[in-house]
Amino acid sequence: MNALLESARRADERRAKAAIGIRDRWSSLPRPWRIAVLIAFIALLYSLPGLDIPLITTPDTDFTSVLFLCAVYVLVAVGLNVVIGLAGLLDLGYIGFYAVGAYTVAILGSPNSPVVVKYPWIVCVPIAIAVAMLSGVILGWPTLRLRGDYLAIVTLGFGEIIRVFALNSDITNGNRGINAVPTPSEADWPSWMTWFPTIHEGRPVFSVSSVIGFYWLALTVVIICMLGVRRLERSRVGRSWLAIREDEEAAELMGVPTFKYKLWAFAIGAALGGLSGALFFSKQTFINAQGFDLFTSILWVAAVVIGGAGNQLGVAVGAILLAYLPERFREFTDYRLLIFGVALIVMTIFRPQGLLPSRRRTVELEDRAKEAPVA
Amino acid sequence: MNFQFVLDNLAALTVTGLTQGSIYALVALGYTLVYGVLRLINFAHSEVFMIGTFTTTIIWAALGFGVGAAAPSTLGVLGLILAAVLAAGAASGATALVVERVAYRPLRKRNAPPLIFLISAIGASVALMEAAGAITNRQPRGMPSLVFPKVQFSIFGADVTNLQLGIIFSALLMWVGLDTFINRSRLGRGVRAVAQNPEVAALMGVNKDRVIMLIFILGGAMAGAASVLYDVKVGLTTYSVGFLIGIKAFTAAVLGGIGNLRGALLGGLLLGVVENYGAGVFGNQWMDVVAFLVLVVVLLFRPNGLLGESLGRARA
Amino acid sequence: MVGLLVGAAACAKDDDGGDTTSASSCDSKIAFFGALTGGNAQLGINIRDGAKLAVDEYNKANANCKVTLVEKDSAGDPAQASGLATSVVQDAKILGTVGPAFSGESKVANPILSKEGVVIITPSATNPALSKQGDKTFHRALGNDASQGPGAALYMKNVMKVQKTYVIDDASEYGKGLADQVKTTLAAGVIGSGVVKEQQTDFGTLVQEINKSGADSIFWGGYLREAAPFLKQFREAGGKAKFVAGDGVKDPKFVEGAGATAAEGAILTCPCVPPEKAGGTFAADYKTATGHEASTYSAEAFDAANILLQGIKAGNTTREKLETFVDGYTGEGVTTKFKFQADGDIDPSAVAVWAYTVKGGQIVALERTPTS
Repeated sequence: MNALLESARRADERRAKAAIGIRDRWSSLPRPWRIAVLIAFIALLYSLPGLDIPLITTPDTDFTSVLFLCAVYVLVAVGLNVVIGLAGLLDLGYIGFYAVGAYTVAILGSPNSPVVVKYPWIVCVPIAIAVAMLSGVILGWPTLRLRGDYLAIVTLGFGEIIRVFALNSDITNGNRGINAVPTPSEADWPSWMTWFPTIHEGRPVFSVSSVIGFYWLALTVVIICMLGVRRLERSRVGRSWLAIREDEEAAELMGVPTFKYKLWAFAIGAALGGLSGALFFSKQTFINAQGFDLFTSILWVAAVVIGGAGNQLGVAVGAILLAYLPERFREFTDYRLLIFGVALIVMTIFRPQGLLPSRRRTVELEDRAKEAPVA
Repeated sequence: MNFQFVLDNLAALTVTGLTQGSIYALVALGYTLVYGVLRLINFAHSEVFMIGTFTTTIIWAALGFGVGAAAPSTLGVLGLILAAVLAAGAASGATALVVERVAYRPLRKRNAPPLIFLISAIGASVALMEAAGAITNRQPRGMPSLVFPKVQFSIFGADVTNLQLGIIFSALLMWVGLDTFINRSRLGRGVRAVAQNPEVAALMGVNKDRVIMLIFILGGAMAGAASVLYDVKVGLTTYSVGFLIGIKAFTAAVLGGIGNLRGALLGGLLLGVVENYGAGVFGNQWMDVVAFLVLVVVLLFRPNGLLGESLGRARA
Repeated sequence: MVGLLVGAAACAKDDDGGDTTSASSCDSKIAFFGALTGGNAQLGINIRDGAKLAVDEYNKANANCKVTLVEKDSAGDPAQASGLATSVVQDAKILGTVGPAFSGESKVANPILSKEGVVIITPSATNPALSKQGDKTFHRALGNDASQGPGAALYMKNVMKVQKTYVIDDASEYGKGLADQVKTTLAAGVIGSGVVKEQQTDFGTLVQEINKSGADSIFWGGYLREAAPFLKQFREAGGKAKFVAGDGVKDPKFVEGAGATAAEGAILTCPCVPPEKAGGTFAADYKTATGHEASTYSAEAFDAANILLQGIKAGNTTREKLETFVDGYTGEGVTTKFKFQADGDIDPSAVAVWAYTVKGGQIVALERTPTS
């Protein structure tokens, strides 16, 4: 048994070294090359619905819908990464923000919602982001002074409170839900786009039967947000988060306004969560309290940690695994949570820094392991 | 908002709350022990409770008290309960120990940061719950009624049934047992020593690993006992029963002062009562929200809970 | 490989499948849409088996021109339903669906299916709002909650002669809808109401309240997952009130969960015909084919599938033609005589709400509920 573990560990070390090797080679490429590769990769992502790659395409359900789900989950992971990976705050109720964003769009935009207003989609979404941000601040204000473990429980409670509220209050129509959630504009595909398979001239861009428009929209939003968070990471805000994550008291002593930056992390995370909720339910067109259970929240945390907290590509990988695998292997859907639970335990023991770790995190964890008392 | 209802039925709601709270208190003991010593929220503790509930149904069925059986005589009832407590306590304790060995010990050896511990705990909790779900096909498992609530007496206008009395007394008994053990016995002294300062305790000759094993077993056993009481009261269990009870119990532990055994008891009872008052005022569906709000408010104003943290202090 | 790509591209281009006439009409498909996994799988499995029986019988009688049954498992989850519905509309050979089975997933899937002309016949989604959403191809093979609620209430008032009812719902759209209907029909006879939480197991307070209120009957708008422990605890505490619930509770698991003694005498209503009273040899055929008794909605699914199959047999092998056929269909199924209204609901005269009771640990049919 031990021999097996040892050989698994050595295989993993080799893989890690190869990954680092690739990373070094990547950084040593001249800039224009790097940009070219990135552009090619992004072009590939955009054209995925048109290609029909045999092993990857989901047999039972619409592949483009699955791609859309992956994109939304990646956006969630990017937002959650800001909170957990960058600022080091454990948020177990992230689905609350997702719900707030989604419900805001539904309530303000649907003709069937209990509130008698009907704003177009393009107006609802920024409002949803703002409301989600506000809820992040409201949650964070009293609770961010608490210790890490307590914060986890309180955020869990927040997620549940949002769900119970959605279930029982009149404004959200409980489990009856609100349908006819607004979608982006009623434009049709122009003729010059029809070279792309599955696109027809004159059919609506954002239709329910051909969801390419939604997928491209989500992908674009994801790319913009990832670039934005990356900028943030390299700015003063990001450095403050790093300091808070490593040692909060020392950071406070050095003059970093920890509370303010923690609140910022929460607010940004909440905004991204709200945006993803708004996006997802624009396609779904029907929202009810059923979609916001706590386990999804926990699965998202798992995806971020398994993917590699702190590293945007890593959490993206984690999110894609989470969204894609159950749809591809539908026979195992029932065991999805079980597999993720076990994966969490295994990952934390053998690879706590995640699949695609941030370099800093790996070093952090190695240092700590060296300090372990000889028991 | 129905304040009048609460005022009219204050005593009845209090009794129901104390009963419910006794179960929370027993489960909270597990959380508080582990947190007091290891500073770890043992998420998997809720599944330890759940396994206890299933063990109870299994042992009862094995002893002839399966679906459709009639309730036995008083002696039979006591016998069944005792058997269940032993079996569920053992099963829950064993589960807790397995979780410790598989999920937590390797992390301790690597000196992992608290976030990683928490993630692993969540993983263990989800894995156990889903495994139980897969095994039971996500169907609830009923059991025949063991005790029929009969009103024994009336206090301040509230009827108190034998079931309620039984639950409250059993919980108090268990708690006294645990408290005595921690405070009077040698092993208990070891527990308090490790809670206070693990390195110095090791220097003084306390076997840290054994102490940790002990607290997990003890916490698990308490949850097992709670699960028997739960089964008698509710008569139905399902794979996801642990989740909500676990959250409430942890809230209770924090409320009373995490790491503090008396706090766990106080927190549990108090939470049960407040919850029921809240359900009376706002309606049944808001009951859980009330529990969480209580937690937030307490943490805001008294982050160390009502009785403060103190497993490590000389007076527990 | 290349063929796959070309075929897939052609299929994908074909998502306005309504107006393509297929060269051969012998590769038509119908889809089952519902939960085959997850906590509510039993209902979906019943429906799938009923539909499968119909398709198998048809294929045996028409061996040279078979119809395939495609199974789409949504686990009852609206989020999964949307991707599945999109895949259904993109397969031009799928002309109609038996399902979606649940009201929640219907709200998501029906607009998608209907927009592309896929014929929908649901054997179980009873939410009244579904026929008012404007989905042109929607049909319902049974009465909706707007008839089950009053039916149950009238049964309670006229047959059981209750005076004081306590109405409970679980905030689900099915449960609350049903409970609201009952409250309207019973009007002054309702002396109290309560809401339970999903997955609630401890009903101590609620039981106390009901006992104090002196109610002689309880109506439960919800599912058996909460109803079973409730009834058990209620009877344990000495509650004597009569217990009435809707089809969400009508399942042997309810009797098992509450215990046969506690459940004895409970009344369960359902807009579904008892399989043993279903016409023809349905009950026996079902038992031979699957090995167990037909259960809730199996017969309705059988009928729904048969309507689609009859349409296909008559040569309506495009979605548009099948839709016209079903709209104008009249005929006798094993459950009732079918005739659809303009909004897809079944003609009111064909709706049958039945009352069942628990006797000796079994659910047995009693009689149809009164209509006024």
